[in-house]
Amino acid sequence: MSTMTFGRAINAGLRRAMEDDPKVVLMGEDIGKLGGVFRITDGLQKDFGSHRVLDTPLAESGILGTAVGLAYRGYRPVVEIQFDGFIYPAFDQIVCQVAKLHYRTQGAVKVPLTIRVPFGGGIGSPEHHSESPEAYFTHTSGLRVVSVSNPQDAFVMIQQAIASDDPVLYFEPKRRYHVKGEVDEAVDLNATSMSDARVVTEGSDVTLVTYGPLVPTARDAAIAASDDGVSVEVIDLRSLAPIDFATVEKSVRKTGRLVITHEAAQSGGLGAEIAASITERCFYHLEHAPVRVTGFDIPYPYSKLEFHHLPDLDRILDGVDRALGRSNSLSSRSGLEG
Amino acid sequence: MPLNNDADATQDELVQLIAPNGERRSNAAYDRWVSDVDDAGLQALYEDMIVIRRIDAEATALQRQGELALWPPLLGQEAAQIGSGRALREDDFVFSSYRENGVAYCRGVDLTDLLRVWRGNASSGWDPYAINMAPPQVIIGAQTLHATGYAMGVLADGADSVAVTYFGDGATSQGDVNEAMVFAASYQAPVIFFCQNNQWAISEPVRLQAHVPIAHRAPGFGIPSVRVDGNDVLACLAVTREALDRARTGGGPTFIEAVTYRMGPHTTADDPTRYRDANELEDWAAKDPIARLAALLDARGLLSAEVSDAVKATADDVAARLREGCISMPEPQILDVFKHVYSEPNSWLDRQQDHYEQYLTYFDSADADSAASNLSKEANR
Repeated sequence: MSTMTFGRAINAGLRRAMEDDPKVVLMGEDIGKLGGVFRITDGLQKDFGSHRVLDTPLAESGILGTAVGLAYRGYRPVVEIQFDGFIYPAFDQIVCQVAKLHYRTQGAVKVPLTIRVPFGGGIGSPEHHSESPEAYFTHTSGLRVVSVSNPQDAFVMIQQAIASDDPVLYFEPKRRYHVKGEVDEAVDLNATSMSDARVVTEGSDVTLVTYGPLVPTARDAAIAASDDGVSVEVIDLRSLAPIDFATVEKSVRKTGRLVITHEAAQSGGLGAEIAASITERCFYHLEHAPVRVTGFDIPYPYSKLEFHHLPDLDRILDGVDRALGRSNSLSSRSGLEG
Repeated sequence: MPLNNDADATQDELVQLIAPNGERRSNAAYDRWVSDVDDAGLQALYEDMIVIRRIDAEATALQRQGELALWPPLLGQEAAQIGSGRALREDDFVFSSYRENGVAYCRGVDLTDLLRVWRGNASSGWDPYAINMAPPQVIIGAQTLHATGYAMGVLADGADSVAVTYFGDGATSQGDVNEAMVFAASYQAPVIFFCQNNQWAISEPVRLQAHVPIAHRAPGFGIPSVRVDGNDVLACLAVTREALDRARTGGGPTFIEAVTYRMGPHTTADDPTRYRDANELEDWAAKDPIARLAALLDARGLLSAEVSDAVKATADDVAARLREGCISMPEPQILDVFKHVYSEPNSWLDRQQDHYEQYLTYFDSADADSAASNLSKEANR
């Protein structure tokens, strides 16, 4: 067991995967000598060579498309998208090629490709550097989407993503890169599945579902709520496609109330999917309509106002109050909540 | 908006070994690449072109008869596809668009497999590793990056096979094709960019895509390029062999622009008379790739009635097998749509499949109940 930052844990996981399988190659902009703009691949080119850690031209579709070709040839490419907003030029290759090749070839061609995406806001960046594009990819069949929230999961799940024969989008909450945590490097990778959600804190009054950067915020909200006599069960989804609905369902059957929080915009987001799916599965166990606490349906705002856009502890607690029917920011309104 | 009409006018710079009238032209640089093509070799190329033209005609007929939903004809592009396709080694890997049925024929594709996609029975016709050819790519130009990535893998493996990617003139406007050239040049990947400039991207003429000959772009990426008469099968064979040799010996990528003409529609859903001058078709018909090889063979006494009959018999046989394979193709099974979305189990999809199976069972049993009920009514009458 050792203490390391989130970013370091991903680095250690990448290193382990490269040691275990010579077919694992890393590709991306600035990931070689520089170690990536966030230094996640620091030292890997030095130790594994430029034939396994490829500095690529600045062309996202090119990176993804050539990674598909490498997968055809039996490689397991791990691609770094420098910032979330830069993934859009690669969108076609991801949703039309990466996602569908296995299906299109009736299983003959596997695409064991991992796409690492530093995502989310909170670091005061200019536009295109703080987005939460995960729902675009959870909507696409053939892709697996995960998001990590702590160094231990980061270390384990990057290796599980690389080992998966399916393409995996691995969303890294960039504002948590420097958070430290305990990492057990001797852990058995097969003991857990990246598809399983994790109950972060147990509770009995409200189920609070989140993932990635908001997991620590949700946990803090649960602690604050308990001071107020409300018991919140926090679930870290870990996998966003597929979502482990069984774990969420079990919790909601117990609590009867569901709050979902994410940084991404609300409309058509994961919160909507979770609310609908859980309502289908446990309608008669719900004491209140599911509540979403999300980013607004706006382009990611300039950094001085981003903390209004990002759900924080107080907005999440307000959502919990809504789910409980307690006094909240919308309770003076008559009729349906807008 | 004025368009440059000169992009394709420079016919004289094309590599050409057989003139449109069938005359064999000597070419110091390229003759050596086809010096082994003897009389039998020329006859074999002729047969290949006749056969794929026949496949094309048969598939078009099958579409018109309602047996195929769509077909992308290659009429006019036989020389480009056979010349390049016959140059390849078994361990080379092809990443094509949707029109390269002639190339697939060279790779040894099962004839029925050519039609699966167009009949709507499968998402792709063949196992890519069985014939070393990726399934047809519909997204314009996307496959050029796959070829380049594959070639990067070949390089990393220390192998000497080559990735060959086929695309049209329209694709050269796509970012992916340009990104593929950047990557190919950067890593000196053993990949051949084989552009069949057939003059039309559906209804958009090549001059809308290019203000200079397309092959002139590649040197800007650091990639040597060649313009070849795409209706000259021997010249296409020669330039592809040269490019393959360059790739195998560490010389990196090559860009080939095969200047040819799509004599038919873009697909069977298209009507070229709406956008194309009939005179243009006539001009290109005079450069027909099969007619010119026939003229060469004839001049050399290699096209006896016996040879012609044998070729025709082969084409007849292939066409009959194609038709039989199409019509006897088994219907796909409903639950097959859920297969191979993922390599590993996916709880969302498993649930949807489970629900749909229940639904089907429910209606099957409801039908059975209803049938049983009707029977008992009959019996009670």
